[in-house]
Amino acid sequence: MDLKPVSLSADPQVQSWYEASARARLAGLLDAGSFAEFIGPEQRVMSPHLPLFDLPRAFDDGMVVGRGALDGRPILAAAQEGRFMGGAFGEIHGAKLVGLLRAALAETPAAVLILFDTGGVRLQEANAGETAIAEIMRAIAQVRAAGIPVIGLIGGRAGCYGGGGLIAGTCARLVVSEGGRISVSGPEVIETNRGAEEFDSRDRALVWRTMGGKHRRLLGGADAFVDDTIAAFRAAALAQIDRAPAFDLATLEAEQARLEARLDRFGDTRDATEIWGRLGINDPAAVPGLTTRDFDAVLAGLPEAPHDAR
Amino acid sequence: MEKLSFRHKTTRPLAGTQAQAITGVVASGNLEVLLERNLAADTCVVEIDTAINGYGDVWEAVVADFVARRQPGGLRITINDGGARPDTVALRLLQGARLMEAV
Repeated sequence: MDLKPVSLSADPQVQSWYEASARARLAGLLDAGSFAEFIGPEQRVMSPHLPLFDLPRAFDDGMVVGRGALDGRPILAAAQEGRFMGGAFGEIHGAKLVGLLRAALAETPAAVLILFDTGGVRLQEANAGETAIAEIMRAIAQVRAAGIPVIGLIGGRAGCYGGGGLIAGTCARLVVSEGGRISVSGPEVIETNRGAEEFDSRDRALVWRTMGGKHRRLLGGADAFVDDTIAAFRAAALAQIDRAPAFDLATLEAEQARLEARLDRFGDTRDATEIWGRLGINDPAAVPGLTTRDFDAVLAGLPEAPHDAR
Repeated sequence: MEKLSFRHKTTRPLAGTQAQAITGVVASGNLEVLLERNLAADTCVVEIDTAINGYGDVWEAVVADFVARRQPGGLRITINDGGARPDTVALRLLQGARLMEAV
């Protein structure tokens, strides 16, 4: 892992994506000053459920949505605030993303960007949250079917777990950093249900090499691995817009075939390093320590490119 | 949850032209502060929704100190608090005032 210290520069482009707030990420990701928020905090559209549990609310319910530009191209974007209730999907939080995706059908932007930072569904409003997850996945399918790429950007402290992991699986392209993790059941959930022998959630190296950005990139679950800076995410998002695959039956059937092949090839492995070895990496144990540049070189040197299936 | 509200008179309006700003996040030991420039130029109202009950006296002192230092006339300040300590609250209020002073 790249252990460079957090940048103290005032330039948002070199600031850490992991450390930035949802609003700071959007401000640095999109063209300067281009972001216009929908249902901003001053409208105070907050969770109707949290007061029942005597819990504090957030003015934006942890979801910032709006319109902006990326290198001059019109974009709709949504960013989750991972520090508010773990970025979890509640009723308002989810509805804002559903609404943004439906707006995309009318606005036809160059892409919809989703800046994931979530532990999944908010337990205090779980029914509404689960419904939102389903609605978001359906809406993404409709947006992609209309020819608009939906790009997921994952590098926040909450990672992308639970329903967020499911939603990520429906995106056309995913960009991930070292700090980003993508999965459905989180480490603690697996350990609670299956025991520490199955998955020791306190073993951070195990968590990162099982769910972390490099592993997802090597498996083909993510399409780009980037440094933990806002500028790196911006460049990768821009590059991925034009690489989004068509959303049709042929694409889905090919993806299904690749997933089956992946299971055949790696289904009996016990650790990510075994998978990396089978992919043709000479020194799998060294992968977690590689810089982005060295990691990209390893990727380029593999006998076959990672299958781009989730 | 406890709701608190404080109204202060100021000697001058806060400088700058920003209509609104937001800083901080609702998390354990943190808070978010929404500032809006929509009151009379000699008035500042601070409304607080806090997860921790029973600290009204501390909030009153922190808000009074902020108003005395910055004279934030014209601002309506609304806070969602996740249990921030007084020093964090003071810092966020000052950050918010700085954001509103931008031209």
